[in-house]
Order: sequence, then C-alpha cells, then structure tokens
Amino acid sequence: MSRSPARRCILLRGTTRLSRALQASMLALAFSVACHAEERAVASPGGLEAKLEYCKTCHGLSGQGYRGYFPMPRLAGQQPQYLENQLRAFIERRRTNPIMANVAHVLSPGMVSALAAHFRSLDPKPFGGAPRGSAALGKRIYEEGIPEANVPACSACHGMDARGQNEIPRLAGQLYDYTVGQLTGWAKARGQGSAVDTSAIMAPTAHNLSRSQVEAVAAYVGYLP
Amino acid sequence: MTEAPFQMCGVRKPEARWRRLMGGMSWKIVVLAIVGSVAPVLAFDGGDSQVRNCTWCHGAGGQGYTVAPRLAGQRSEYLESQIKSFREHTRDNPFSRQYMWGAVASLAPQDARDLAAYFASVPPKPANDGDSFLAVRGKTIYLDGIPEANVASCYACHGPNAEGVRNIPRLGGLAYAYLKTRLEQWGQGYHSGMGTPMPVVARSLGPNEIEALASYLSFVR
Ligand code: HEC
Ligand code: HEC
Ligand code: HEC
Ligand code: HEC
Repeated sequence: MSRSPARRCILLRGTTRLSRALQASMLALAFSVACHAEERAVASPGGLEAKLEYCKTCHGLSGQGYRGYFPMPRLAGQQPQYLENQLRAFIERRRTNPIMANVAHVLSPGMVSALAAHFRSLDPKPFGGAPRGSAALGKRIYEEGIPEANVPACSACHGMDARGQNEIPRLAGQLYDYTVGQLTGWAKARGQGSAVDTSAIMAPTAHNLSRSQVEAVAAYVGYLP
Repeated sequence: MTEAPFQMCGVRKPEARWRRLMGGMSWKIVVLAIVGSVAPVLAFDGGDSQVRNCTWCHGAGGQGYTVAPRLAGQRSEYLESQIKSFREHTRDNPFSRQYMWGAVASLAPQDARDLAAYFASVPPKPANDGDSFLAVRGKTIYLDGIPEANVASCYACHGPNAEGVRNIPRLGGLAYAYLKTRLEQWGQGYHSGMGTPMPVVARSLGPNEIEALASYLSFVR
C-alpha cells in the first residue's frame, strides 16, 4: 500500500516542517486533526454503498453515463459478466485507460461482482444527445450488417434490442461519443498484450466499419431504451 | 461565521496574513471602495460599461480580485451556467448571495451570453499563490484520484491540463483561496448547479486533499 494513511501523514509532516517555521503547539494540533480526518476518509469507503457513489460521480448519478472531458460510459443495465470482464481487463492492462486502471486496481474480486450485479438492475433513460440524422442508416447496419464490407449484423450477437448477453455488452442507451470512440480506437485500447481475450471477437468488425458507419450505428443504439 | 475560508491557510505563506486580513468583513469594504472610486481607472477594459460592471469586482481584464474569481479564459458555457445559477439563486453560498445575486439580477440572457463569450476570450493569468510543496501531492490527486478513498480523478472531467470543457470549468490558475473555499462549500451543503457531480466529489476530500489540490491548480497555466 503506497498510500496508507500513516505514510501520508508522515509525508505531510515532512513537507510542512520544511515549509515554514511554526509554533510547535500549532503544528501538533494541525497534525492530529489532519491525520484523524484522513484515517476516516480511508477507513470508511470499504463498503459497497460508498464505492457505488464513487463510480456514479463519473458514470452519472444513476449510471446513465456522463460527458466529462472524456465520455464515461453508461453502466446501467449492463451485463454483469461483461462488466466483470472489463474491470479485470483494466486491472491486467489488456484494456488501456489510465483513469479506469487506477479505479479498478483497488477492487477486490468480491467487490467487482457486487458492483456488476448492482448496475444490472438500474434502468435510467438513455443519455441522448446523439445526432439524429443518420439513425436510419444505423438501424440498417445494426440489423443487417454490411455484407460487402464484411460487417456482420450487430444484432446477431448484441441482440435485436441491443441489450447484450453474458460477455456481449448492452449497447442500448450508450453515450454516442463513447461508442464512436471505442469503435474507432478499438485496436489501440483493447486486447493489449499477448493474451487473447473476448475483445478479439469485435476487432474485425470495428476495423471494417468506416467512420461514418460508426457514427450512424452509434447514433442508432444511443437512443434505444 | 461563514467567512471562515481564510482561517485554515493562515500558517503557510507570507501572503496568508494578507489573505486573512482580506477575509471576514474587511474585503467587503475594499470592494465597496473599489465600486465607489476606482472605476475610471479601469476604463481600459474595452470601455464597455457592461464589462466594467463586472471588472469592478473581478479585477482588470477579469483576472480575479480577492474573493471575486478570475473570469478570464473561463469556459463560456460554464460562465453562462453560473450566471443562470446566480439568477435562479441556486448558487447559494454567502458570497454568491451577497454579491452575485444582485450583480446579475437585471442581466438579459443575450447580455449574459455576450459577457460570457467576452471573458472566455481574454487570456487568463495563473494566480500562482498556492504552496508549492503541497502542489506535488495535489497533482497526483488531480490525475489519479485516490481510488482506495473513493476520490475521483479530476482529470477525467476537467481535462489533462485543468482546462475544462463545455460547462465544466477551467481550474488551472484560479486563486488558491477561491478553489479551497469552493471545495469546502460543497461539503458544507452549498450548491452551485442542479445535479452536478461536485458535491459527491467534494464530500470525499479531507482538508489536506483540498489544500493540496488548490495549491497545485493555482500554478497550472
Ligand atoms: C474518475 C472517473 C471514473 C470513475 C470514478 C469510475 N470510472 Fe469507470 N470509466 C471511466 C472512463 C473515462 C471510462 C471509459 C474508458 C475508456 O474509454 O476505455 C470508464 C469505463 C468503465 C467501464 C467499461 C464500460 C464499458 O462499457 O466497456 C467499466 C466497467 C467501468 N468504467 C466501471 C467502473 C466502476 C465499477 C467504477 C467504480 C468502482 C468506476 N468505473 C469508476 C471513468 C471513471
Ligand atoms: C460475433 C459477435 C459480435 C458481433 C457480430 C458484433 N459484436 Fe460488438 N461485441 C462483441 C463482444 C463479445 C464484445 C465485448 C468485447 C470485449 O470483451 O472487449 C463486443 C463489444 C462491442 C462494443 C463495446 C461496448 C462497450 O461498452 O465498450 C461495441 C461498441 C460494439 N461491440 C459494437 C458492435 C457493432 C456496432 C456491431 C455491428 C456492426 C457489433 N458490435 C457486432 C460481439 C459482437
Ligand atoms: C460586487 C462585486 C461583484 C460584481 C459587481 C460582479 N461579481 Fe461576479 N462574483 C463576485 C464574487 C464575490 C464571486 C464569488 C462567488 C462565490 O464565491 O460563490 C463572483 C463569482 C462570479 C462567477 C462564478 C465564477 C466561477 O468560476 O464559478 C461568475 C460567472 C461571475 N461572478 C460573473 C460576473 C459577471 C458577468 C458580472 C458582471 C455582470 C459580475 N460577476 C459582477 C463578485 C462580483
Ligand atoms: C464527473 C465530473 C467531475 C469530476 C470527476 C470532477 N469535477 Fe469539478 N466540476 C464538474 C462540473 C460539472 C463542475 C461545474 C458545475 C458545478 O459547479 O457543480 C465542476 C466545478 C468544479 C469547481 C468550481 C470551479 C469554479 O470556477 O468555481 C472546482 C473548484 C472543481 N470542480 C474541482 C474539482 C476537483 C478538485 C476535482 C477532483 C478531486 C473535480 N472537480 C472532479 C465536474 C467534475
């Protein structure tokens, strides 16, 4: 543990001493208050509720997703098996993302399962905001694929309602920016390292879609309930 | 006393004593004095009386002055959203109530948009007034969060260089005391918008984290 409360306090003590000359009594008072507060902050969040609140600061207060500097995907209604797979992929760096690598590496296996099960039961409205113009083309790609470009029908795996199953994710209601980002950047972020994982199933399809086809299909699924 | 923000930082910097003096009642007198007398000196702010109504408190070029934050370089969508929050009395801390509710009460939506666009276009100057020792830890929290303490990485929303995007504000270079006060106020139950993530983010921060983050951000340009 590189950030145990004790170490952090010692660290702070060092820098504060360095920084300014102070009355010893004030110093002592400041430390006992500060370290106390930190212990509380580190000790209590072991619970599921606190962890969920933390996930939802970024993923939307009801798990519907959020547009920060980066798009943060909807987790609500997502397949638990898929969520677990992805959290493990972040931890093992098979899926690269600096933010989620940090978030995931402190989660115990039991916590991962509990979190995944919780999000399954949430059902907020889609985030929305996707351009609507190309949704008709998106629907056609989703349901029929693009045979001449070697793109299979998405519905074959993700389901007609785009809610996925097991390790195949729900796409319905997903943030437009996020879906576009994943499909255009697949090879750079997923399936890293030598181990072959479930990301390989999507790799050729992501590769064969053009940018405008990606935008069309992302807009279509983004509005599905 | 609600004007406690300066009390905690009084021990660290030479300017701290000045800041403490500016805290409490005294700064209000300063602002009033400025409103009353210094206005003509600031005529170089484009000569636009709308802008001057704001720079009286927010400093020349909107670079910030005492507790009135820098507006220069701030995201225009964010500025507009806050003007709306002041108008609707959603942003409800004591300084907001006392100064900003009145300042925007008769501002037409188009004027709010124009002022937001104007201030967003002025190049911002960093305050550089945090503690540089604490800034090192502040940077780590900013980028990585503290996952084991459920502190979210600020970077995910505010961007790699704290530059903000759309209605998510630029934080880089804002004044130490302003940043610290804002982060404390969410924990104290004050609001600044509807359904924003910041109350939850701020609740996870202890006083040490807040000082480290505010220090780091004051130096980011
Ligand atoms: C600081 C913000 C932040 C926090 C806190 C956060 N996430 Fe994320 N999460 C992200 C971002 C950004 C992505 C998108 C990563 C990418 O683009 O590959 C993401 C992606 C994910 C994914 C992949 C989803 C998909 O559809 O493939 C899962 C699963 C996930 N997060 C779960 C969680 C859980 C569980 C928590 C709480 C323990 C959590 N996140 C907390 C920012 C965050
Ligand atoms: C052969 C089955 C299959 C087909 C056909 C398929 N997918 Fe997938 N898709 C998957 C699997 C499996 C994953 C999970 C990959 C992983 O574990 O990294 C996935 C993941 C995705 C993701 C990432 C979701 C997220 O939350 O990050 C998107 C987006 C996606 N697919 C879109 C599509 C689209 C669009 C099509 C049709 C053009 C399509 N898929 C066709 C199996 C399939
Ligand atoms: C009487 C002094 C005063 C005047 C005049 C004034 N402001 Fe303010 N303003 C403040 C103070 C003090 C704050 C800090 C409020 C807080 O801490 O919540 C503030 C905050 C703001 C904020 C929030 C900034 C942020 O980063 O969240 C905006 C936007 C703003 N003012 C815009 C304006 C505009 C536009 C005008 C001119 C129409 C104006 N102000 C005039 C004192 C003033
Ligand atoms: C999930 C997105 C998200 C995350 C994560 C986040 N913020 Fe924010 N932040 C916002 C939004 C949106 C606003 C504007 C709305 C509001 O004021 O509540 C904001 C506003 C602020 C402000 C007010 C700036 C001003 O000009 O008044 C400060 C300070 C701030 N954030 C600091 C932080 C710090 C420090 C962190 C990391 C510990 C952080 N934020 C993490 C979304 C986020």
